[in-house]
Amino acid sequence: MTKITRRDFIRSAGGVAALGAGLGFPHIALGAARRVVVVGGGVGGCTVAKYLRKLDPSLAVTLIESKTTYTSCFMSNEVLSGERTLESITFNYDGLRRHGVEVVTDMAVGIDPVKKSVTTAGGRNFDYDACVVSPGIGFKWGAIDGYDEAASETITHAWNAGPQTKILRRQLQAMRQGGRVIIVAPPNPFKCPPGPYERASQIAMYCKHHNPRAKIIILDAKDAFSKQGLYVEGWTKLYGYGTGNSMIEWVGAAAGGKVESVDPSTLTLQAEIEEFQGDVVNIIPPQKAGAIAFAADLVDGDWCPVDKRTFESKRHKDIYVLGDASSAAKMPKSAYAANSQAKVAAAAIVARFLGREPGDPTFVNTCYSVVGEDFGISVAAVYTLDAANNSIEEMPNSGGVSPANASPEIRRREVSYAHSWFKNVINDMME
Amino acid sequence: MTKTVRNLLLAVLALAPAMTTAAPSGEALAFTCAGCHGTDGSSVGPSMPSIAGMDPEVFVDAMKDYQADKRNSSIMNRIAKGYTTQQLEDMAWFFARQRLHLLPQKYDAALAARGKILHDKHCEKCHEDGGRPGDAGTLAGQWMPYLQHTMDDFMSGKRDWPRKMKRKVDAAIADDGKQAIPALIHYYASQH
Ligand SMILES: Cc1cc2nc3c(=O)[nH]c(=O)nc-3n(C[C@H](O)[C@H](O)[C@H](O)COP(=O)(O)OP(=O)(O)OC[C@H]3O[C@@H](n4cnc5c(N)ncnc54)[C@H](O)[C@@H]3O)c2cc1C
Repeated sequence: MTKITRRDFIRSAGGVAALGAGLGFPHIALGAARRVVVVGGGVGGCTVAKYLRKLDPSLAVTLIESKTTYTSCFMSNEVLSGERTLESITFNYDGLRRHGVEVVTDMAVGIDPVKKSVTTAGGRNFDYDACVVSPGIGFKWGAIDGYDEAASETITHAWNAGPQTKILRRQLQAMRQGGRVIIVAPPNPFKCPPGPYERASQIAMYCKHHNPRAKIIILDAKDAFSKQGLYVEGWTKLYGYGTGNSMIEWVGAAAGGKVESVDPSTLTLQAEIEEFQGDVVNIIPPQKAGAIAFAADLVDGDWCPVDKRTFESKRHKDIYVLGDASSAAKMPKSAYAANSQAKVAAAAIVARFLGREPGDPTFVNTCYSVVGEDFGISVAAVYTLDAANNSIEEMPNSGGVSPANASPEIRRREVSYAHSWFKNVINDMME
Repeated sequence: MTKTVRNLLLAVLALAPAMTTAAPSGEALAFTCAGCHGTDGSSVGPSMPSIAGMDPEVFVDAMKDYQADKRNSSIMNRIAKGYTTQQLEDMAWFFARQRLHLLPQKYDAALAARGKILHDKHCEKCHEDGGRPGDAGTLAGQWMPYLQHTMDDFMSGKRDWPRKMKRKVDAAIADDGKQAIPALIHYYASQH
């Protein structure tokens, strides 16, 4: 058994005790509380707001979110299969209010890094000492000829959960027996690398029971995808993948999977080699950082460069960018990643307010996918900062995907872990 | 540490690529666990154990077992391998200091009553105070699906029994047969 000495305890406890002594009400002597304005009440924004208040209850934290509730993308594929309702993935902001966060329902339209102020569509200004931006993704409309915001009313993206998820679910339910679903998967980088394939799996799970002759075709702009080996294992076992009668078909870029244009009136897609026509078409467009990141001059190309020790913007001081909008390689654009980054940023902001250097960051990512009944898979990594290269690197000899050909018991447990993860991450971000 | 072991470690270090290893605080390390184990280690997800208030030696032993692939895990082995012993100890002390917040679970009162008798007779000596956080793993108020997975692993030989535990579980089964383990699980679930 491990023996932990008294000295070890004092060593590890000492650091926290010293930090604790600095917290509590350090700014009362200085007068007004420090203000942090958070833009975007998704995973990154909620988590940073909660943890800022947890680490330093004297901070005045304001969260600006355009919607009154948050509908998570994670688990939204289970709405498509009918495994859960949209309501079960929709949450309000009362938990954050209980943590003393001021929640403002408004759309941020600009950030002035000199005056240090956020402007909203409602015409209000919110001054800040530090600003955190976690707006998620935006879509590159027009990247696929014929696919724009108006077309998404009939050809969904469903890559921001909510009304879009509902439309796609209804289309699947209304599809004729033996109909064909086409999912267009985007090029890298995009939100939730395993997501399109989990979507195909969940739709297959629904069809297996309700539309057994249906086909699901994934047209992909890539030649490989996240957890591919495990997906193929699951699809083979559950949906006849690899046989002439497979429910799921994946067409990679080399086989002509890249889609060039769409005709929304006939649901016809022109891919590089052939034309595909679907009964239900779902296009996940190429992505970039959310609009406010562009309006606030936080981007370099499509995404926001950050100092990976703190997640402070490389473009403007005292503005931090988290989650999908940030350029955080090698972390994926996932909820777990945004949650992990938010705590690093919260600790850095609190340290800087106290006049201290931010400590060394540490990150984790875990993404579960439910491929079908009793068939869950995951990918996980522990990350460390490579400060010299401003990159986030996986710890060697750790992490990776679920083992191939694991026992049915392990696959079944990973489904229950996926659902438990969902409860814990929602709780950690906003309860 | 023997001289041979020391030299071996030095050799391994010399082979490792030059990377300035970061030294995040125990708190920073522990914060990364919350996505699955809940804020400060109090889980609200039924198949994820709460780790708040856990004994630091039990924590470090568990993580070392995961590192050595000694447990029937799907994911903790992959994650545990990302940490040094020092980092595991720092995390352990963080969790040891956290208050455990438990949620009520549905349990069968009659089974739980039998479970209490079995616990007092066979388990209390190590899992003191009804299995509350102490020198052995926390059982009181722990999630039932997690307890079930754990017992399945012991019973199927996929996880090594801690000292004396097999004898104690065998004795409980001798008392109550097939009902013994469900009774214990329902008892722990009743103790939130
Ligand atoms: C189908 C699908 C499945 C997924 N499954 C998983 C999974 O299993 N595990 C996992 O880890 N991740 C998963 N993800 C990824 C996850 O949803 C995202 O990575 C995560 O939500 C990123 O958090 P964020 O804070 O960057 O952005 P978001 O969570 O998208 O939050 C952004 C918020 O900002 C608000 N906002 C934007 N601009 C403004 C503005 N100007 N003013 C005010 N408010 C604004 C938006 O309304 C939104 O609420 C999945 C994604 C999809 C699409």
